[in-house]
Amino acid sequence: MKLIINGEAKEFSQTKLNVEELLVLENVEQPDMVSVQLNDEFLKKPDYAAVFLKDDDAVNFLYFMGGGE
Amino acid sequence: MLRIPQSVYDSIVEHALADSPIEACGYLSGREGDAKTSYRLKNTDASGEHFSFDPEEQFAAFKDAMSLGLKLIACYHSHPQTPARPSAEDIKLAYDPAISYVIISLAEDVPVVKSFKIKNGDVSPEEIEVL
Repeated sequence: MKLIINGEAKEFSQTKLNVEELLVLENVEQPDMVSVQLNDEFLKKPDYAAVFLKDDDAVNFLYFMGGGE
Repeated sequence: MLRIPQSVYDSIVEHALADSPIEACGYLSGREGDAKTSYRLKNTDASGEHFSFDPEEQFAAFKDAMSLGLKLIACYHSHPQTPARPSAEDIKLAYDPAISYVIISLAEDVPVVKSFKIKNGDVSPEEIEVL
């Protein structure tokens, strides 16, 4: 499957892949701590495992950023 | 090593001063340790002790950087009252192992800017070169 991940084209051997599985493949250790856009639309975190990807989908993910002094 | 142009360095310090006593926060974009631009983001916590990014603004910055051929290479935030070192909360919430974490302290008369890499709770200071 060909996907565009954070702007970079990548090829995956899987023919079926959901967003949660993709995040694991992308070495995201805590999927709950990233926001995901699929083709420019935000996904809700509970949906990560239910949304399956297709060829040429564009997936962008960014980590939660926060802290305190 | 994080290299920051003087104009970008001045901009993030100015942001920290302007938003004080609220913590200021944002991104630096660039390529492999060379910062090129900064993005001022809203601190959705509107707090002097905490900050959080707005995901909508995060993606807007990400896409703008990408359109310029750049990546988000650092997250910055200010410590209005405390030194430029990651707090326990900063370390706990540092989920991105690839990015640099820049802290601007306003605790002294002159702002102090330091950078760190944080991976799995381990903090490594990172030298800053202002160009």
